[in-house]
Amino acid sequence: MAGVTRLIAARVGMGLVTLVVISALLFFATDLLPGDVAAALLGPQATPEALATIRATLSLGDPAGMRYVHWLVGVLHGDFGRSLATGRSVVTVLLPRFANTLALAGLAALVSVPLALGLGLAAAMRPGGRLDRLVSTLCLVTISVPEFFIGYLLILIFSVQLGWLPSLAVLSGGMSFVQRLGAVTLPVITLVLVVLAHMLRMTRAALLSVMAAPYIETALLKGLRRRTVVLRHALPNAAAPIIAVIALNLGYLVVGVVVVEVVFVYPGAGQLMVDAVGKRDLPLVQACGLAFATTYVILNLIADVVAILVNPRLRAA
Amino acid sequence: MSAARGPSPESRPSGASRGWLRFAASGAPLVALILAAAALAPWVAPYGEAQFVGGVWDPPNLQHWLGTDNLGRDMFTRLLFGARNTVTLAALATVLAFGLGVTLGFCAAAVGGWVDALVSRAIEILLSVPVLISALMVLSVLGNSLPVLIATIGLLESTRVYTIARAVARGIVVREFVAAARLRGEGLAWVLVREILPNALAPLAAEGGLRFSFIFLFVASLSFLGLGIQPPAADWGSMVRENAQAINFGLAAPLYPATAIALLTIGVNRLVDHYLAAEARP
Amino acid sequence: MTAGPLLSIEGLCVHSATGVAIVEAISLELARGEVLGLIGESGAGKSTIGLAALGHVRGDCRITAGRIVLDGMDLRLQSTEGLRRLRGRRVAYVAQSAAAAFNPALRLIDQICEGPVRHGLMSRREAEARTIDNFRVLGLPDPAHFGRRYAHQVSGGQLQRAMAVMAMSCGPDLLVLDEPTTALDVTTQIDVLAHLKELIAGAGTAALYISHDLAVVAQIADRLLVLRHGRLVETGPTEEILARPQTAYARALVAERTGVALAQPAQTDAASASREASRPATAVPAAILDVQGLAVRYGRQDALSDASFALAPGETLAVIGESGSGKTSLAYAVCGLVPGHAGRVSLGGTPLAPGYADRNREQLRRLQLVFQLPDVALNPRQRIGSLVGRPAQFYFGMRGAALAQRVAELLGLVGLDPALAARRPGELSGGQKQRVCIARALAAEPDVLVCDEVTAALDPLIAEQILQLQRRLQEQLGLAYLFITHDLATVRRIAHRVLVLWRGRVVALGPTGHVLREREHPYVRQLCASEPKMRRGWLEETLARRADPSTV
Repeated sequence: MAGVTRLIAARVGMGLVTLVVISALLFFATDLLPGDVAAALLGPQATPEALATIRATLSLGDPAGMRYVHWLVGVLHGDFGRSLATGRSVVTVLLPRFANTLALAGLAALVSVPLALGLGLAAAMRPGGRLDRLVSTLCLVTISVPEFFIGYLLILIFSVQLGWLPSLAVLSGGMSFVQRLGAVTLPVITLVLVVLAHMLRMTRAALLSVMAAPYIETALLKGLRRRTVVLRHALPNAAAPIIAVIALNLGYLVVGVVVVEVVFVYPGAGQLMVDAVGKRDLPLVQACGLAFATTYVILNLIADVVAILVNPRLRAA
Repeated sequence: MSAARGPSPESRPSGASRGWLRFAASGAPLVALILAAAALAPWVAPYGEAQFVGGVWDPPNLQHWLGTDNLGRDMFTRLLFGARNTVTLAALATVLAFGLGVTLGFCAAAVGGWVDALVSRAIEILLSVPVLISALMVLSVLGNSLPVLIATIGLLESTRVYTIARAVARGIVVREFVAAARLRGEGLAWVLVREILPNALAPLAAEGGLRFSFIFLFVASLSFLGLGIQPPAADWGSMVRENAQAINFGLAAPLYPATAIALLTIGVNRLVDHYLAAEARP
Repeated sequence: MTAGPLLSIEGLCVHSATGVAIVEAISLELARGEVLGLIGESGAGKSTIGLAALGHVRGDCRITAGRIVLDGMDLRLQSTEGLRRLRGRRVAYVAQSAAAAFNPALRLIDQICEGPVRHGLMSRREAEARTIDNFRVLGLPDPAHFGRRYAHQVSGGQLQRAMAVMAMSCGPDLLVLDEPTTALDVTTQIDVLAHLKELIAGAGTAALYISHDLAVVAQIADRLLVLRHGRLVETGPTEEILARPQTAYARALVAERTGVALAQPAQTDAASASREASRPATAVPAAILDVQGLAVRYGRQDALSDASFALAPGETLAVIGESGSGKTSLAYAVCGLVPGHAGRVSLGGTPLAPGYADRNREQLRRLQLVFQLPDVALNPRQRIGSLVGRPAQFYFGMRGAALAQRVAELLGLVGLDPALAARRPGELSGGQKQRVCIARALAAEPDVLVCDEVTAALDPLIAEQILQLQRRLQEQLGLAYLFITHDLATVRRIAHRVLVLWRGRVVALGPTGHVLREREHPYVRQLCASEPKMRRGWLEETLARRADPSTV
């Protein structure tokens, strides 16, 4: 098992290095850009006093390297600085919102992954069959369509016309669990539809590619039932590419969630980041960016590690 | 190229080609229509881009085929100009992404060695951050003027194009005719342009179409978030945001621009699928 | 069990989706316990016929006409379920590449026992016991535990035998063997072939043995069926066809192994001796290519160690060895495609840089390489005229009308119609493409031509023509060839001198006749002995000789 452990350790190491590099990039993104940062943030109408305040708050006078180190140290201690707009600690603002986002994305993942696997498997069993063609068409439509289209369409149908579900995902402290679920149902459905299409297409493609392998033909020529061939011969070999597909699409989830939060005015980190960008609230933007990027990197890391563990050639040295 | 066909001794013969139906379903007419609208908007539009012509969210009637928007401007006109603005931005960003991505990808594949490893690692790290997040970061500092948007989206998407272009080129580089050219003493430029490129046109064309549809959706999403093309310029994404409140009154106003976005994307994707199917046919 | 032939195919026609005929009007009969050899080149349609016996077609092809009757049942009329029940149980298939046919994610024993268990023939325990017995019969190491391994942990020859065990696991009446020994080394081939023969004879199974190698098929088949381009060329008992081939194609196949060329006098040792004698009697002529201490390493593996030889102008030096012997590494190192090699390569007295990127244009021009697979050696998007003309343009600055004329000249030189210059490679046949590759190499007016197994992928008739072409060009232009091959018969036909490689080391170097007659090194002896002869009973003789220690 030494080979496997070494591979995994190498991959985790790569992940950590990536995170450090990304944090540096995100931080220096502001510095590498041309022009005076303070002036860019406040616009041409800024008064000299405002400019001086900004420069002090962001310690723009210090050399870039030092600022990065300070920031990094702060981050490792859980201190992301203060929001320029509200003055509150970034962490206190971000944390609860990020939790909401993770909840939303998590629910969507919980629903979409089994659905994608099941439908993908069923479609690949009979390529070109009725189910397969139906699924393919639906996928094409859902992928081509922007998330907000699906969102508003769902609102129009279920909220306004039918009145079954609320159009705004308002979460307040005193809500019961069922009420919360009701509030997030439409956003979750929207997210699921968006990600399901991508995942489904890729799962089906991965399965079909495995089904084209010579050993599948051999299995069929041995007189095995098609179901047996797909489940016993194709699936174990499809595990690695399918896991890669899932991880990749959980990444789509991370991005899709931003738009969905805006559509439904859901109090999550995506909405927060968009607002922060609009207000040029740098520390908040950096923190949100880092949070999203880290999640994405960790998901990809998990996918790679699982793919390594599942590879039959690395079993039994 | 033999896929393990089912156990049936006879496979279905290919259906008779009904040319017109295939053409119609290929997405070409849809895309052509929208591109024509984009190109001819200033001359074909019944009203001005920012002209106020009626009340808020008037229903569709003979003077205003799709009614009016949230400020009383003609929806149909806004759609035409929106096509022009959104499609232009997406097209320019795609050209930048493609030019950069393909050049870098081909060079990396052809040169190989540590150059390839270095560039690929760097791009891998850039790829680790979702495009939206990176774009938001950059836009928060640089603002969202048109050149900034084109450059940001183009550069970020070029990383995705790089990956595909490099994969395609690597598949070609290992074929012996490339080795034959190198053994002759041909330079890198010849190998890239005369040996690799002609054999890469098909997959690159398909990727170009797909990339355009992704970028187009992305531009629309950015505008929807309020960070893309700024008002009063018409833009399909912003139009969705501006008219979003109409949903609460049971009006379909935001769905017009949203549907337009969907139609163009579906059309381009169908076109790419159709093209790939035609290429695969021997 | 019905009386009459086990398998009867009448008028079989298989077409591709685009309407191209893969197989046309094929009829054959196979009695119980009989072995029928299907022989032909790749593309001749042999695999298609073999798979048709299971009621299966690959890809988008379909059976357009004919009857396939297996033990009284018409396969084309069976339902999917009916076919499924027949496959594996009454008729089984042994694929060409065992590595590709086994599932990498499952253990061997699971895949082998799966068939009989799922067909309801026996319990898992019984199946395992039978499998282990068969492992023992086929000479696989540690039969009790061999099955617990995965496909990637087992060698090629062992995997092929495991595949045979899997096919026989249900005790089928008919076994279709699709080139089972082609991917193996000559020396391994003998063992596997012998085991297969024993297995089939022992169970009284009928077999369709598909191969392109007539000598191999002759050892195991009772009757032969010769195929070319999807059509039947000749059929009959094996001895008949070997002794008295009726058609030109069958004659060419037989001649290929016995080393008798078609239109030329016999290329026996006498002829090669006369060729040696025809060279100037002066002491070693100034070598055009001189190699000293060439060594190639991939990571920790030594692909080639300490190879030294000289090539005189107008001479053919054949480099022979099995896969993994280092012959490709040698050719690539000489051409500069392996920059990290040790040793010295000199062309016309001047040392060459190890990597082609460091050599100058003249040096690159004088040493040309012709690849094995013409399909990938030509850019499919360019026209033949540009492909052949580019070296003339690149090295000599030819343009316009002069260039076009040179291209026509070159095409004529290799025996092609100059009008082909306007076509693309996809429109040419394999033989034509290889000629184009040679023409392209000649356009540079080289001194040395390195040929990397250039006839390995060709039909024997076509291969013969290419060899004749090369000999003619050598006489006309004074070219020197470094000819890489794995086939001894080719060496006898065209090489003045031969270099034998084994596991990266040079074990013999000298005039062809001398080396192959004297057989000083044990590997050379084994190589000469392993060359399948067109003689029934040769297999048994060789095995007996191997088993007898006094002959080693």
